Amino acid sequence: MPIEKFVTLESPAVPLPIENVDTDQIIPARFLKATTRDGFGDNLFCDWRYEKDGRPKADFVLNNPTYSGKILVAGKNFGSGSSREHAAWAIGGYGFKAVVSSFFADIFKNNALNNGILPVQISDAFLAKLFEAIEADPKVIIKVDLENQTISVPSSNISEKFDINPYKKKCLINGYDDIDYLLSITDEINQWEASASN
Amino acid sequence: MAGKTLFDKIWEKHVVDNVEGGPSVLYIDRHLIHEVTSPQAFAGLKARGIKVRRPDKTVATPDHNIPTIDQHLPIHDELSRFQVNKLKENCEEHNIPMYGLNHPFNGIVHVIGPELGLTRPGMTIVCGDSHTSTHGAFGSIAFGIGTSEVEMVLATQCLMQSRPKTMRINIEGELKKGVTAKDIVLYIISQISTGGATGYFVEFAGSAIRSLSMEGRMTICNMSIEMGARGGMIAPDETTIEYVKGREFSPVGKEWDRLVAEWRQLPSDADAKFDKELTFKAADIEPMITYGTNPGMGIGITQRIPKVEDLDKASQASFSKSLQYMGYKPDEPMIGKQVDYVFVGSCTNGRIEDLRAFANFIKGKKKADNITAWVVPGSKQVEKQAIEEGIRDILEAAGVSLRQPGCSACLAMNDDKIPEGKYAVSTSNRNFEGRQGPGARTLLASPLTAAATLINGVITDPRTML
Ligand code: SF4
Repeated sequence: MPIEKFVTLESPAVPLPIENVDTDQIIPARFLKATTRDGFGDNLFCDWRYEKDGRPKADFVLNNPTYSGKILVAGKNFGSGSSREHAAWAIGGYGFKAVVSSFFADIFKNNALNNGILPVQISDAFLAKLFEAIEADPKVIIKVDLENQTISVPSSNISEKFDINPYKKKCLINGYDDIDYLLSITDEINQWEASASN
Repeated sequence: MAGKTLFDKIWEKHVVDNVEGGPSVLYIDRHLIHEVTSPQAFAGLKARGIKVRRPDKTVATPDHNIPTIDQHLPIHDELSRFQVNKLKENCEEHNIPMYGLNHPFNGIVHVIGPELGLTRPGMTIVCGDSHTSTHGAFGSIAFGIGTSEVEMVLATQCLMQSRPKTMRINIEGELKKGVTAKDIVLYIISQISTGGATGYFVEFAGSAIRSLSMEGRMTICNMSIEMGARGGMIAPDETTIEYVKGREFSPVGKEWDRLVAEWRQLPSDADAKFDKELTFKAADIEPMITYGTNPGMGIGITQRIPKVEDLDKASQASFSKSLQYMGYKPDEPMIGKQVDYVFVGSCTNGRIEDLRAFANFIKGKKKADNITAWVVPGSKQVEKQAIEEGIRDILEAAGVSLRQPGCSACLAMNDDKIPEGKYAVSTSNRNFEGRQGPGARTLLASPLTAAATLINGVITDPRTML
């Protein structure tokens, strides 16, 4: 299944300066009963976002009209906890295309990449600068350039490089999917199986 | 040339191909699936028009979403029932063995793999569940994957994976009385934080680890994900071989002998190099309890909650938010605090040895009136054994009932939810906000600490009752 291509993204960002945001916060377990990938965006950060009766909590950032955009900027160690890909579906379903943090949990990172969402890992210092820039101007544009592996705030001339596995980068830029690749090497897999059973 | 680690030996044996500048294609020996993270993967196969490549290497069990009472009745929650039925349909369509509700092999996926002999040393094992790391206790490479990856393994029996770095964590010396495997792992996480092993595959070693039973080793590897590790593992030894021998799907005869000879070659070579190595003293570990909302927020049970000033600036806001959720203040002691629920179960501490330890501790005593207790066996086999050994009788005499197997209050997808604002001492693995139900407050601890708390009705150091 091809994923949506990712080249560059220019957008304001939504700040979430909380550390250790775990997958149970991103999408609580009680929403994992679905059997399709759709609709999880509505319940993204559900328990932080809504009162029990479903009214939005005014003090949560997703309910604050000052902030919007396709980039989520979050505190250190984002996405720890469960392997639920539903977390990535919720983030993508809500409309985020990139998540920026100074540290990501491994499984979340893979799940995000497999859904065409770019996890951008930056230094603690640059993360602090981003939070400052967003606080100073909630509509400030943040630019993520995957080809050059840079994230920048063009208006204040700050930028930083980020790392990404070259294969995953190619997949995102071209919209490739791992399964298509693996199916294309079926012969090698057959050979491996044959030699392993000897 | 430096020697090889346990991890290196298994990984290298399973690489089918290396993608230029990218991940390796890793062959998977065992794929475990459950109802929550597989339906979208099967839907993906259907959309591509392909079948499961190796149903014979795949095993399914519903566990996350099932009730833990009246399992003979249809599941009353409509969505849960639909999801469990979907798993059955998918398994039938693709010829995958499934141990459904009431089947004697049913149970939590990470409990049944080992007890059925499906988990063995030297294997690569994956499951759409982060606690797949449990199986590493046998000296296998076992780790959790997302649903796209479940689809990948169903379709090709392979997984694209970047090779992680390796870390060895040694626990040396003898454990003090009343200190269990759960305390060891909570201690490690409290020392290195929930991100301390991110990017690494961790081998646990040292004399304290070698002295543990397989159940204890599974508890440790189970929670390696809570330190951020890709997975955890322990070198196979006689304890491992003894455990695997004679189980339902364990090999026999010549094949068994051949495999055992291979397994003995697996432990890390004496001169193997790890990217990182840490050593802790077993004697420094006391029974642990968590006070916050991630598993790294743990302390020795006799200690006080940290002060805000003791933390680095960037972490202070998250720390305060967490204490506010828990209804705690900095610098408070944990002992004597109010508790409303005790939950014994999960893939961390829901095995027969855990139930045994809990039952021995409370034998002849009564549960405190203020506590609601849920004891949930990890599998049908654990349940059966608990009944045969008289564990259920001991529980009932103490005023506690034995429920039926499943994940239960570990993630509260079924009806077993801790009510808002209530405190639960839990033997499970995650104390995240809302993990055990919206607004629930979780204190992670060992089965012994859970037992002492059950009797006293407040947080209690089990050593004072041994
Ligand atoms: S018992 Fe808890 S941690 Fe283990 S598989 Fe079930 S939900 Fe996950």
